[in-house]
Amino acid sequence: MADSGQLAKFGMTDLEVFHALDRLNVRDVDYADLYFESRVSESVSMEEGIVKRAAKSISQGVGVRATAGEKTGFAYSDELTKKDLEVAADTARYIANSPKGDRSLPVPTQRRPTRDLYPVERAKAEVATADRVALLNAIDAEARRYDPRIKNVLASFNTEYKVVAVATSDGTLIGDVQPLSRLQVTCIAEENGNRQVGSFGGGGRVGFEFYQEENRYLGYAREAAREAILNLSAVDAPAGVMPVVLGGGWPGILLHEAIGHGLESDFNRKKTSAFSSLIGKRVASDVCTIVDDGTLPFRRGSLNMDDEGTPTGRTVLIEKGILRGYITDKLNARLMGIPLTGNGRRESYQSIVLPRMTNTFMLAGESDPDDIVKSVKRGLYAVSFGGGQVDITSGKFVFSASEAYLIEDGKITKPVKGATLIGNGPEILTKVSMVGHDLELDNGIGTCGKDGQSVPVGVGLPTIKIDEITVGGTQRS
Amino acid sequence: MSHLPQQTDGYAQLAADVLARAKQCGATEADIVVADGETFSVQVRVGVVDRLSKAREKRLGLRVFVGKRSATTSTSDFSTDSLHRLVDETCTLAKAVVPDEVSGLPEASQMATDWPDLDLYDSTRLGTDQQIDLAKRAESAALSADPRMTNSEGGDFDSSSGRVVLANSHGFVGEYRSSSFSISVSPIATDAATGGMQRDAWYEVQRKFSRMASPESIGQEAARRTLRRLGARKVSTKRVPVIFDQDAAGSLLGNLCSAISGYSLYKRASFLLDQLGNRIASEHLTIYDDGRMEGGLGSRPFDGEGLATRKNTIVERGVLKSYLLDAYSGRKLGMSSTGNASRSVGESPSVGPTNFYLVPGTKTLQEMIGSVKEGLYVTELIGFGINMVTGDYSRGACGFWIENGELAYPVEEITIAGNLKQMFNDIEAVGNDLVFRSRIASPSLKLGELMVAGN
Repeated sequence: MADSGQLAKFGMTDLEVFHALDRLNVRDVDYADLYFESRVSESVSMEEGIVKRAAKSISQGVGVRATAGEKTGFAYSDELTKKDLEVAADTARYIANSPKGDRSLPVPTQRRPTRDLYPVERAKAEVATADRVALLNAIDAEARRYDPRIKNVLASFNTEYKVVAVATSDGTLIGDVQPLSRLQVTCIAEENGNRQVGSFGGGGRVGFEFYQEENRYLGYAREAAREAILNLSAVDAPAGVMPVVLGGGWPGILLHEAIGHGLESDFNRKKTSAFSSLIGKRVASDVCTIVDDGTLPFRRGSLNMDDEGTPTGRTVLIEKGILRGYITDKLNARLMGIPLTGNGRRESYQSIVLPRMTNTFMLAGESDPDDIVKSVKRGLYAVSFGGGQVDITSGKFVFSASEAYLIEDGKITKPVKGATLIGNGPEILTKVSMVGHDLELDNGIGTCGKDGQSVPVGVGLPTIKIDEITVGGTQRS
Repeated sequence: MSHLPQQTDGYAQLAADVLARAKQCGATEADIVVADGETFSVQVRVGVVDRLSKAREKRLGLRVFVGKRSATTSTSDFSTDSLHRLVDETCTLAKAVVPDEVSGLPEASQMATDWPDLDLYDSTRLGTDQQIDLAKRAESAALSADPRMTNSEGGDFDSSSGRVVLANSHGFVGEYRSSSFSISVSPIATDAATGGMQRDAWYEVQRKFSRMASPESIGQEAARRTLRRLGARKVSTKRVPVIFDQDAAGSLLGNLCSAISGYSLYKRASFLLDQLGNRIASEHLTIYDDGRMEGGLGSRPFDGEGLATRKNTIVERGVLKSYLLDAYSGRKLGMSSTGNASRSVGESPSVGPTNFYLVPGTKTLQEMIGSVKEGLYVTELIGFGINMVTGDYSRGACGFWIENGELAYPVEEITIAGNLKQMFNDIEAVGNDLVFRSRIASPSLKLGELMVAGN
């Protein structure tokens, strides 16, 4: 075995890794892998007009996993020595509790992802801290210039540079370099004792130049300031069931919470999801087609390969309202006998692989966004959201608007305070009656939490109309 | 500290070396935190091991000040070369940011000089099979509780132990160990008539293994909570009194805790600005933050900057008595640290609660429910609909509808909404059922009225 570039970065040889895998080669183990990861994270942050904090974190380690039937044995180590690999391998194979296997493992074949979705030039530490500081200073000035009622600007710029290599018992050794960055701006506006907040951010698997293109970073500052100023005049949100129009882009968090998590294969294999056994059934109106696509260049949720070395793909989850498929990792695809979709992801070498979303969005429809708003007599128009959450088993999900307006007689009128929207996952998309032709992906700020693990994700949505959903405001409508 | 284990002597020496190197690089002040530990975790699902994981980990965090400029770094690589590189980079980073006049370590005179053993560590080591068995017993108790218990997201047993060493350029060196053991069960019940499923969960966390409730009792409680949710429905939109169970009340108390964090206050990003000494809540509320509770889940002998922890009165009969501060946020507000610096290894200190709790009242939960003609008893809250700047509050909820003083039926897919400033003033009764199941703990609470949105 020739030594690869992939493992050399971790000070390991192919032979050492092969021996560790072979140690996992006991009778009942179906699959095993070693995941090497090195990550450098950097951040600078600003508040009160000064860039006062800079931080950098370096981590490196290996996660060792063996699966036997439904069982997963897992161990990790931040020391990369032959001895540490052996100890981890012995822990991981504990679940199999069986004698040495008689099959011989394939010698890992060196592979590289066949594409590069994020060829980033200046991702690493090459961006001088001074440049980052200058960026944040300009943001502060721009937000305050937007309106004198902006009293504080909080901004942070975070970058991560991750190098991974995966060696698997099915004979693959493959690596990837995964840059990620995010610029986030929050403004606080104050007027006559009324204080309001507005936020905006963006990013992706992009380099520093992304933020400078067309002065995108200044746009973020103005958007955050605009939302804070707008909220100064927001009235109480209505309470009760009403039609809701969602704007394009980030409101796609609806899809992530309402159906995305429920279609992760682990919950469906275990039959704990409200979507279990609904494949082939109608779960949305026929104007809804929803996909999960990890192959969009530079997107926050994209990956050349997932964390098991499988190339990511585009999976149709719902086609014209009919549930078509789940998203899978190797374990769940094998146990369920369904296609492997390249959605096996983990937060780091310290966590196990789970089926997770990448970029989840609804395809564009045919309606004119203006007509969608005009069709509503009285309802809510929501264009920006904070977080969301779902109870997989009951299917109930929430997501919280941070910028929303009343619709009165087909016109967008007053801004309203934030309110949580709540619905039932398997039902809500059957109430989507109009889908706009204006599909938009979010700006690259999403982080999804599952089982205590956070991974970057994307969402997208055209303007859509939901005929009825419960809006959790304070005012009787 | 008289009996440091061998390995820690190594860490104390390593910390001293790093601090010396930082001084050579031009740091005027610095502190370093080293944490290491081991974790074990097993999940059993429907009687079979689903996942088992085990690891040792270590991490080092460094903060340097070059005059009034500062930077923070962290690494898991403790080799001398790598640490020297880290120190150099940290000093370079610090020199790149803008001076911040109030930055710096706490005063040398404020450092903790001695601390009691808070009983945070248990040397009990459990075998792998024993830990698997505990998870199995807990889940099995839930699944065998009733024929409607049909499935499970698992029974878990987790254990961890570790230590923290903190040292700074004032010469402070402190170390403590802690451990934790937890059992949790998330079972699923199915309504045979409709096929509808419900999940709930129950858990327990203790620093000492001997204090754990039996796995059977945890499983049975998980089953009871899950079964009672079957047949949940929506209710119509109306304003009604709302009773929060202990966990839901704890989350409300967590919102108050965030609002009085020094960082939220000096950034003017809190709905409780400039309220020290003012009435901010109903007179039924008295809240303490006690960092020295023996065996407490939030206890620690010294805080993330080396100050002795203590018991602070936060709210006394509705009046705000103290914020939660570390050195930096304290200086920003012209006050002293309250010993609440919280330090995660890779970040500069922030503020965090220790054991933050609401003093129990005299009412039983039954009495509180009995006092409501029509209302909501909340047992779970979901979502993030809280605006900390304005206090506007809107969250998904489930629980039970109260009719004529009794729980009538389970409810779901509803929201509760109000404003936190008003909500804390509207607390009409505090339950007598305080249990410390997490760092922030509250008895059940009864609120005057909130908007419940449903049909």
